Amino acid sequence: MNHWIIAPIVLPAIMAPILLMAARHDVVLARIFSIASSVALLGIALALTTMVSDGIIVTYALGNWIPPFGIVLVADRLSVLMLLLTAGLALAVLLFAIDGSDRQGRHFHALFQFQLMGINGAFLTGDFFNLFVFFEVLLIASYGLMVHGGGAARTRAGVQYVAINLVGSTLFLIAVGMIYSVAGTLNMADLAIRVPKIAAGDQALLQSGALLLLLVFCIKAALVPVHFWLPGTYANAPAPVAALFAIMTKVGAYCVIRLYILAFGADAGVASWLAAPWLLPAALVTLVLGMTGVLAARRLGQLASFAVIGSMGMLLVAIALFTPASLSAALYYLLHSTLAGAVLFLIADLVSRRRPGQDDAMTVAPRFAQLSLLAGAFFIAAIAATGMPPLSGFIGKLLILDAARDSANPALIWSLLLLTSLLAIIGFGRAGSTLFWKSTGEPGHFPAAPESNTLSLVAIGLLLAGSVGLTLFAGPLTAYLDATAEQVFATRQYIEAVLGNTVLEGGIL
Amino acid sequence: MEFLLSSAIGLLTAAGVYLILRARTYPVVLGLALLSYATNLFLFATGRLVLDRPPVISALANGYTDPLPQALVLTAIVISFGMTAVIVVMALRSYLENGSDHVDGETHSEDRS
Repeated sequence: MNHWIIAPIVLPAIMAPILLMAARHDVVLARIFSIASSVALLGIALALTTMVSDGIIVTYALGNWIPPFGIVLVADRLSVLMLLLTAGLALAVLLFAIDGSDRQGRHFHALFQFQLMGINGAFLTGDFFNLFVFFEVLLIASYGLMVHGGGAARTRAGVQYVAINLVGSTLFLIAVGMIYSVAGTLNMADLAIRVPKIAAGDQALLQSGALLLLLVFCIKAALVPVHFWLPGTYANAPAPVAALFAIMTKVGAYCVIRLYILAFGADAGVASWLAAPWLLPAALVTLVLGMTGVLAARRLGQLASFAVIGSMGMLLVAIALFTPASLSAALYYLLHSTLAGAVLFLIADLVSRRRPGQDDAMTVAPRFAQLSLLAGAFFIAAIAATGMPPLSGFIGKLLILDAARDSANPALIWSLLLLTSLLAIIGFGRAGSTLFWKSTGEPGHFPAAPESNTLSLVAIGLLLAGSVGLTLFAGPLTAYLDATAEQVFATRQYIEAVLGNTVLEGGIL
Repeated sequence: MEFLLSSAIGLLTAAGVYLILRARTYPVVLGLALLSYATNLFLFATGRLVLDRPPVISALANGYTDPLPQALVLTAIVISFGMTAVIVVMALRSYLENGSDHVDGETHSEDRS
């Protein structure tokens, strides 16, 4: 058994208590440990990527208890891709945070490691009760990170964030219970085998459980009508935390991909493609609402939040088509939108710090320090986020449009996608011209940048370079993502990897 | 017994949902606690209700109760206990910093609930 699979969970789980106990009073030591852990996570994710890149699915049975009775971790192309994205994003965000914002409150680095542990666990787990447990791990860390630094508005937003997520956790448990009560299993691969055999009388319970679970994932993914928590949370969270949260919405998207293709996909009998008729309309409305929000935003942080909602809509439109081509496009867009969303929050924070009194409100104000540098960064990020050529957003959108050609109503999807792109371009254009362009002509000057911020700029540069990299290597990357999508749709391979290859012939069941 | 359990779950859920929709943080916290109790009972019922049956294998048993939901309930209790503690602390902090325990942060003068 290959023990490296569990390393992305164990490493932050060990590092966080060390940070709490040994490095509590020494911020330099905490930063060194934290960076070392994130670099190691990136290395592990790269090693796992080479391990699964030839298409094998590696499983890890905890305590050597045989699935479906024991806990199992599964590393396939999709989950390792998500691990790699998390590790890369975490490293960039951490570089930004150690430039000063980690000192605004206590235990930033320990909470950050716990957050990574939860996210990595959610990507790796092979059963949905542990998915619940890892959701709780990442949520409880995110509660701490969300109110990092304190402040009246932030704690109020924090209470709302905790409350909505506790309701979400309750619904998650009810859904898990409903599915367990008819399927008798919590293992996703085992569930995939049992779903087609569920009696007609139990289908109602099974399907309502599965749809309730979809609602929970949609809360995480901030889909309409359960998106309302996101703007308040992200706009009030500290910038590095908001940037890290860009991956949290993707956890919801990942769970939708995993569960509704594996267990409620083509082979699910009566319950086939259960999620599709609900997901597509919700995703389209989310797209319109998010991009309209971009147009209406009055602060840069708000604009970034609504851009995240809009991009989640776009992403779930592609997922909801449930074809290998659309999933491949969705994965490309997922990589792109995580980086683009994160960098917008970081830029908004730097702008806000340079304009005391105005913060990141979209007002015409005098020049501030490093205006042209930040304007350039915002320009690149905006091109990526709105999906203009030549950057990765454009390629992602093109792939999604191409995949939507064969769908049931391509005209609707195409027109909404293109219309919302226009809204986004207007919104971002207005924000950029107000904040950066018109401000150059105003008399007066804001004070110089209060502290050195080389690392912050490096972090922003890294994320933007990631977006450029996605564009430059789009060819090999899409080939890899095509293979990933095909592997996700080859559910038989997943089931055999988890439960052994006798199980589908009716061996132990 | 089925009626007793299902009506208990229903009552707890209804009371929980009502309290969550209140405007102040204290009822919201109570409502979340009630909802988590309802969930725990519900999870317990997913293994089917049986009387006087052992959960682990024994030679004398003439039937078993499902042990897995009980393990799930245990996990869920621990997690919901921790989460309730977190939200109590956050609500208290929010009350002290905002001077109001309204979930949307309205001040006392504006509040007529």
